[in-house]
Amino acid sequence: MNKEQPILSLKDVSFEYFSGEENEEGSLALDGLSLDVQKGEFVGVIGHNGSGKSTMSKLLNAIILPTKGDVLVKGLNTKDEQVTWDIRQTAGMVFQNPDNQLVATIVEEDVAFGPENLGVIPGEIRRRVDESLETVGMSAFKKKEPHNLSGGQKQRVAIAGILAMEPECIIFDEPTAMLDPSGRAEVMKTIKKLNRENHMTVLHITHYMDELIDADRIVVLDKGKIVMQGTPREVFSHVDELKAIGLDVPQMTAVAHGLRQKGFDLPDNLLDVKETAEAICRLK
Amino acid sequence: MFENITIGQYYPTDSFIHRLDPRTKIVFTAAYIVMLFVINNFWGYLAAGVLLVVMLVTSKIPVRYVFKGLKGIIFIIVLTVILNMFMTQGDVIWSWGFLQITKQGVDTAVKMAIRLVFLVVGTSLMTLTTSPIDLTDGMEACMNVMPGIRKYAHELAMMMSIALRFIPTLLDETQKIMKAQKARGAQLDTGGLIQRAKALVPILVPLFVSAFRRADELAVAMEARCYRGGKGRTRLKQLVYERRDVITYTAMFIMIAVLWGSRYFPLDVLPTWLRG
Amino acid sequence: MPIKIEHLGHDYAKGTPFEYRALKDINLEIEDGCFVGLIGHTGSGKSTLIQHLNGLLEPTSGTVYVDGRDIFNEKKDELYKLRLRIGLVFQYPEHQLFEETVAKDVAFGPRNLGLNETEIDDRVREAIENVGLDFDEVKDKSPFELSGGQMRRVAIAGILAMEPTVLILDEPTAGLDPAGRDEILGQIKKLHDERGITVILVSHSMEDVGKLVDKIIVMNDGDIEYFDTPAEVFKHTKHIEEIGLAAPEVTYLMQRLKETYLEINDSIFTVEGAVDEITRVLELHDQNPSLASAQETGDADV
Repeated sequence: MNKEQPILSLKDVSFEYFSGEENEEGSLALDGLSLDVQKGEFVGVIGHNGSGKSTMSKLLNAIILPTKGDVLVKGLNTKDEQVTWDIRQTAGMVFQNPDNQLVATIVEEDVAFGPENLGVIPGEIRRRVDESLETVGMSAFKKKEPHNLSGGQKQRVAIAGILAMEPECIIFDEPTAMLDPSGRAEVMKTIKKLNRENHMTVLHITHYMDELIDADRIVVLDKGKIVMQGTPREVFSHVDELKAIGLDVPQMTAVAHGLRQKGFDLPDNLLDVKETAEAICRLK
Repeated sequence: MFENITIGQYYPTDSFIHRLDPRTKIVFTAAYIVMLFVINNFWGYLAAGVLLVVMLVTSKIPVRYVFKGLKGIIFIIVLTVILNMFMTQGDVIWSWGFLQITKQGVDTAVKMAIRLVFLVVGTSLMTLTTSPIDLTDGMEACMNVMPGIRKYAHELAMMMSIALRFIPTLLDETQKIMKAQKARGAQLDTGGLIQRAKALVPILVPLFVSAFRRADELAVAMEARCYRGGKGRTRLKQLVYERRDVITYTAMFIMIAVLWGSRYFPLDVLPTWLRG
Repeated sequence: MPIKIEHLGHDYAKGTPFEYRALKDINLEIEDGCFVGLIGHTGSGKSTLIQHLNGLLEPTSGTVYVDGRDIFNEKKDELYKLRLRIGLVFQYPEHQLFEETVAKDVAFGPRNLGLNETEIDDRVREAIENVGLDFDEVKDKSPFELSGGQMRRVAIAGILAMEPTVLILDEPTAGLDPAGRDEILGQIKKLHDERGITVILVSHSMEDVGKLVDKIIVMNDGDIEYFDTPAEVFKHTKHIEEIGLAAPEVTYLMQRLKETYLEINDSIFTVEGAVDEITRVLELHDQNPSLASAQETGDADV
């Protein structure tokens, strides 16, 4: 089978942070990490604060360069300064704080910011702006000021701003961390829709397990290394290991796990309320 | 605390003036300001005043709202009046000790006061009817045709636009920090000048820290969206002159003619004590 | 200090086109030593409500009694003293840190109380240790070189050092990872249990609140929808959903299981509680298989 070139590829990547003090040993944020993301995939990256997940996203966007190893975006090496802008156009990035990534004072102007920087002609910018806002369901707000939107709406505008650059992949760096539950739901719905309907490759970094139930693959990071990788069901079945590195599991998985420990014969890959209830009823 | 500042605040509604091209408004306002300092007699001021009233009515902005902006500069107006009144040499009409008021002083003081009021009302009319982003676009376009500052036009406009974007965010943040420190017992509105200045430290330090953090994050986000300065950049919005802009430019030239003309045809209708 | 809220109403931007009624007519009594959860979607009036409790916002109508005293009818300095006995930790409190060292920052509150230096030092040490940080390790550090979670705790210590009798926290775990969240909530719980202070915890998470509190206030659109024990509140799953919230997933599971196991207690909202209750019921069924048939006839009646 001929394997397609991965859209994102980290090859044995390490990254060391230096706080600037002399003779100081850098702290290793990533430690020999390798990961490939194929076109169309929805990959979730999870880890506690300081596990290296944010460093990983910054490396993929050529915001920082690896100390060791190579980061390739669609085959382009982030170390090559000639292709920095191609990389950023190919792999768009949505950040955590909704307030600190919107540039313009009007929603549609903000969405236009990316294509404007790429030198797209005005008529085409207009088309992309309208289309992107439509995709994230924010068309009705195009003349509004970002300041007056809710957190979830701001993040959707930020997503539209990336879509307007027509990337092949979007990296979401904890886009829901600062949102309330309804904002989180809005953003997750948008991300899932992008992956399913628009076949956008998604790398979603988060510390909320329940956001990754529908992912194709989950990568668990701890101390700059991948400690677990697999489908959500595979990963979530390791309840104790996940808890040991400071992560949650979905509530239903936790209930099933608790019951299994009491000696009940339940499968170890339950995720939602309905299937858990059915499994428990079968025990009768 | 921030509610009284009208200058720089956009009042969204739909009017002839709101729909004008920002370039038109900027040029018109600039011309109006220059004219205010060129005219020197009653007729000129009357014409300028009438023009202002017409613009006020056309803009559909509540008069009260416009004049609220004057509150902030009342101190400056009073100061100007006092300084002019007492400092100008000429025919003394009142004196007490070393203080004296002259006819010429009163004349300049009244003119300065009128100029200042007109100036503030005129410029706030521009900012009230133009959304900040339009204003920035307009300024950028205007700067782009001026040879000296042309090369900075994009950077300046981008800076202004970002400032505008973050003003409400930082105002919110200031209020939050003030409340948080009050909850820790900070007393912001008591004590002498030095105490009050000291009390600002717990507000200003977090505010600066936050502003720098935001700036840093914004810079990364902008670069991630391929921002690399003004070179090769296109714009979604293209400014296009419409018929109403042509009408306004015509009106502007008439205004210049009338106000300039009034310099040379002063009619003696001023009360004698005001005549220079 | 018991808190009593009477007919409290608050309008924002009164007299402008942006006028907005944030609180309608709030009546509420919070007993001494109660651990209360305050829940509601963004814009439901939670933040506005808690800012009235220490006099940071003044009501448009109604008033608040703290310890039997009408706080909006007191002299300014009396209100000031009263305010300091109610500790309010805002959202993202680490954004209020400003001093050169952690110890100095935590001392800001106590110093404003006019305490003497030894008393201040004692309180600072205790507060920092109470939030799970090592006093000697962090005291001379700049708060800005700490990690996000540590900064959050220093900020909370800044309020604790004032030894409030009522502690109000506005989403103290926002933006933290699960481990950080559990730690902070654990410390708050411990403070409540050991010192018997009243705690009001504003949260979006029904799961977190259900685990910790004695009573839940559910707010919607400037009004109080429920003020009751978690078990009672979570019975109204339908209505809770209508106002843009969700009961804990566990509650949904228990409600579903009740269709099969009639005798199950469905007002359960924690993972541990669910595991115990399901175990109890399943074991009951093992010992007494006739229960199942009884349940089936029960179904037939419906």
